Amino acid sequence: MNPSAEILRAKADWVWRETLAIHRRAPETRIASSLSPIEIFVALYYGGVLRFDPREPLAAMRDRCIISKGHGSICMYPILADLGFFPKEELLRVCEKGSFLGGIPDPVIPGYETLNGSLGHGLGVATGIALGLKRRGSARSVFVITGDGELHEGANWEAIMFAAHHGLDNLHVVVDNNEISMLGHTADIVAHGSLVLKFAAFGWDTEEVDGHDVALVQSALLAQKEVADGRPKLLVARTLKGRGVPGLENAPLAHIMNPKPALLDILLEAHT
Amino acid sequence: MSMKPLAMRDALLERIWHEMATNPDIFFASADFGSPVLDKIRADYPARFVNVGIAEQNLINISAGLSLEGYTVFAYAIAPFITMRCYEQIRVNLALLAEARQLNVNLIGVGAGYSYVVSGPTHQCYEDITLMRVLPNMQIFSPADHVCAAALLERCVVETGPKYIRLDAQPLPVIYTGGAPDMERGFHVHRHGARVVFVATGYMLHTGIAVAEQLREAGEVVGIIDMFDLARFNADALAVALSGYDIIVTIEEGFSGRGGLDALLRTFTVRHCLKARMLCIGVEPAYRFDLGTRLDLHELVGIGPAAVLRAVVEMLATLEASAGTKREVESL
Repeated sequence: MNPSAEILRAKADWVWRETLAIHRRAPETRIASSLSPIEIFVALYYGGVLRFDPREPLAAMRDRCIISKGHGSICMYPILADLGFFPKEELLRVCEKGSFLGGIPDPVIPGYETLNGSLGHGLGVATGIALGLKRRGSARSVFVITGDGELHEGANWEAIMFAAHHGLDNLHVVVDNNEISMLGHTADIVAHGSLVLKFAAFGWDTEEVDGHDVALVQSALLAQKEVADGRPKLLVARTLKGRGVPGLENAPLAHIMNPKPALLDILLEAHT
Repeated sequence: MSMKPLAMRDALLERIWHEMATNPDIFFASADFGSPVLDKIRADYPARFVNVGIAEQNLINISAGLSLEGYTVFAYAIAPFITMRCYEQIRVNLALLAEARQLNVNLIGVGAGYSYVVSGPTHQCYEDITLMRVLPNMQIFSPADHVCAAALLERCVVETGPKYIRLDAQPLPVIYTGGAPDMERGFHVHRHGARVVFVATGYMLHTGIAVAEQLREAGEVVGIIDMFDLARFNADALAVALSGYDIIVTIEEGFSGRGGLDALLRTFTVRHCLKARMLCIGVEPAYRFDLGTRLDLHELVGIGPAAVLRAVVEMLATLEASAGTKREVESL
């Protein structure tokens, strides 16, 4: 029995607050990019989508989750701590000497699989993992969480073609489609047009949802996971960069903006 | 004893094909690059073969992903493309990831140096030793004949981590007619010399041997060392092998003074307090569009047998001049 929409919503709100709290203590972390994918991660980790074992993060039984937008996944720190991948006290030491929780996550963190500080690498490596699982006859799935900005990297499209050709229906790509990269809206930089149409033209199964409706994200992912029709799967999650933070939400330069500590204190107080 | 030379790639791929029969973890990935032996691999083990197309970035990423799932991967493409088109994929998803995860990915690059003679500078490769050497965790192998190339199989399978194997595209005369050298040692002493030792890698071992022959006829017996492992060779043994020489000559089919075999040996001699002078022979750093035979091109860029012989003779003259000076100083 998967958790109800109310429980997932409450969890997402808690993750939002914890992510702000981490950023309040460690302003080096990228806050705006880490607020847009919260519901995606909550649906994956609490919504019964991913199989995992916090006591054995690299267990063969796990579904592989490749977080390609590494910098924009600080919200995973409270999630992984909450699920028991590491002690919650670690959240108080982000970016400090001796901590394994850095400004950009590395695979020294229990629960992280690969290196994703450099963008546009996750999808290709995930495709290799998906091919390996298929060739070994494993039923496990691979999920990739990518930003839309990093889809400007050409290596992604090599993997997108490859995955469709090899029928990797165990591969899921979830795009945190906040439509903003570092210097503005992607539509003004190099427009993607419709990612759904593009991926569909490459032979992928595609869905698009409101990426902040955690129950919708959950049901879309669960439905896609059920299907094995030889097509890899894309879920475009429409999201807002910097969601819920006044002045930051959907600001073109949100990536490089840090909310003032006083504002963070007010928000944290209000959401206690 | 003469022995028919094979293409290095076919000799190594033949070993891989045999290994695949008993080792279910071997996976072979190609970036649309073939060989007669590759046809056997493709036909006999289709579930452990993939052609990613002309897409070297994806070749590396797919190989990294396969290796994370426990495969020992051989990734195969033309040397400049498998090293430079996808350099950041190699850095991040192989060299760096190997710090945190157990990986075994073996990059086979065909076309070392000028071996694609008339294809011009895009297909020739004079930067790979330098670029692979700078990456921590990366091993580099550079065999001089097909026997040595084939013998790399064991190290590729047994030793984890990323590796780069630079192979010549042309069949080269067989050096190791009596069998492969001690592969663990990483280098092989072919011949001991008096004052001068050549340290060469890949194709240039053959040039070194030819020049040494000319010098021997002129009365100078030169030592010859084949450096087929450019990362994890036995350092103590190499220090012993190089001790006592007055001149160490490095010979490589790569840019000189840019961090290749010459830099490796310079750093090594300093670290091991070797007193020898060094003469570093490599490709004059420039891109050129000249056509001709491989030997023509080598002479143009300063690494042909005539150029090497000239440089060594000059170096010997300098050594003798300074030794003379020294004797004069002592006699005063």
